[in-house]
Amino acid sequence: MTKLLFQRAFWRGALSVAIFLVLWEIGARSKVWMAPEYFAPFKDLLGAMGFKKDYLPWVGAVPAPSAVLKSWIAVLGMHGYWQSWYMSFFRVMGGFIAAMLIGIPFGLMLAVSRVAHGIGFPVFEVLRPIPPLAWVPASIIFWPTQEMAIIFITFLGAFYTIVINVLGGARSIDVRYFQAAQSMGSSSWDIFRRIILPGTLPSIVVGSAVGMGITWEVVVAAEMISGGGSQQAGTGGGLGFFIWNSYVGGSYEQIVVGMISIGIAGFISSELLRWGGRYATPWLRVR
Amino acid sequence: MSRGHIVIEDVVKVYDPEGAAVMAVDHCSLEIEPGEICMIVGPSGCGKTTLLNAIAGFHDITSGRIVMDGEVLCSTASPQATSGPDRIVVFQNGALFPWKSNLENVIFGPVMQGKLARRAALDKGRAMMADAGLSGVEHNYPGEVSSGMRRRVEIVRALMNDPKALLLDEPYRALDSLTKSVMHEALLEIYYKNKVTIFFITHDLEEAIFLGHRVAIMTTRPCKPKKVLDVDIPHPRDYSVLTSKRFRELIEETNDAVHEEALKAFQAGEKEG
Repeated sequence: MTKLLFQRAFWRGALSVAIFLVLWEIGARSKVWMAPEYFAPFKDLLGAMGFKKDYLPWVGAVPAPSAVLKSWIAVLGMHGYWQSWYMSFFRVMGGFIAAMLIGIPFGLMLAVSRVAHGIGFPVFEVLRPIPPLAWVPASIIFWPTQEMAIIFITFLGAFYTIVINVLGGARSIDVRYFQAAQSMGSSSWDIFRRIILPGTLPSIVVGSAVGMGITWEVVVAAEMISGGGSQQAGTGGGLGFFIWNSYVGGSYEQIVVGMISIGIAGFISSELLRWGGRYATPWLRVR
Repeated sequence: MSRGHIVIEDVVKVYDPEGAAVMAVDHCSLEIEPGEICMIVGPSGCGKTTLLNAIAGFHDITSGRIVMDGEVLCSTASPQATSGPDRIVVFQNGALFPWKSNLENVIFGPVMQGKLARRAALDKGRAMMADAGLSGVEHNYPGEVSSGMRRRVEIVRALMNDPKALLLDEPYRALDSLTKSVMHEALLEIYYKNKVTIFFITHDLEEAIFLGHRVAIMTTRPCKPKKVLDVDIPHPRDYSVLTSKRFRELIEETNDAVHEEALKAFQAGEKEG
């Protein structure tokens, strides 16, 4: 039964992807039969909306999936492409792990200590609304290498989310757990270790998952802005730089290759995280 | 042996959050004999939980005194009792730690207090769970078993601390009536084995008369005993009591008092909760 369900869901998903690819292929090849003259009757209206005379946004401007696939196969043999994967993963993981190592203890500290909250939280709240990408120039100036600068920016992407989730999670632990633990003779350290820590774990998992998503967004943009670190063009400055480089070089198929690669990379990271999260919070699996 | 002898003397609790003083408990006096099941009946929000929290040490009192076995738990001079393993609360919606298995929950108290080594605690926990009909769910998480079982696990967890008194705050409120009837018998069975003082809050009069040696019917906010009923149905009891003549008589005798308070609570705009 479960197996059948799995299969059905699987085939439904495969079908949806296939339909999407077919529509895309058709759209991309429709340059001719969806020519601008079809829109001639609406010319004035379109003009009023700010579109240039004979030009409309249309999938036809995007390379077809078949062309993308061809380009992808060509790129698979290139060292630079894999180097880009490695660079982006390295930056994402570096920033993300740093955000966990600093963010989780920091969030817990804000949650359990009124003094720490009083001192740390205002600064945190002032810095939090600054988008990580606004840090790019300052970060490049501050950090000795561009690599460090990019990792720092990805760190920021995950850090705020993790801290906010840890803080909120720890605060929303049911007061009855504390009362029960206290009346059964737990010390403050026991309460921290056996109530606050496991009670916050689900929020840590959620915060990390969201943080990981932001990390990928940020690393791509940071790579584009900073020129992919000190790497030479084409030798792999990260997937974000790979996309930018393809755009500058006029290889539109490769742009899409880079985009899909990031999608896959993000998916792999989320799966790893989800797997880790399930492992860390086994009691949530039971419902 | 006087173990679990609780004396509540003239306890007053005034909540004063924003200057608008609300009296939750009004010069309440009640004596609970060692090993007695004392049922506290009152409409929701009448202040009975406030009384329980004062005994448990979760909240302070405004004046008065609560003494257990000669030891002053709280008084006007030191208004908040220290919570400890001699008075364990079983909460309304349950407070088993969801991240620990049932057995790990059960051994929590003795291990925390350093009374038992982990291995000994595990052995005792398994034995107590088996006694309460909980064999086979030791390694499940609380979320994996029925709510009735969770309540039993929680009572076993409480008893593992060898408490002088169990403080139960409407523990069966969320259960359906069939599960509830099973739980009542299970509680009595556990009680006959352990003979611990039970301070049991409920708003269900039938539950109160079925379980209790005595039933204290409380007035609604401020809370104090309106009528204390001695239930002269001999223990051990089972479900045949529910259809007995005496049981019905006792219900009749007290129903008016309870209904009157419920009406008052309703008119005062007290909501469920």
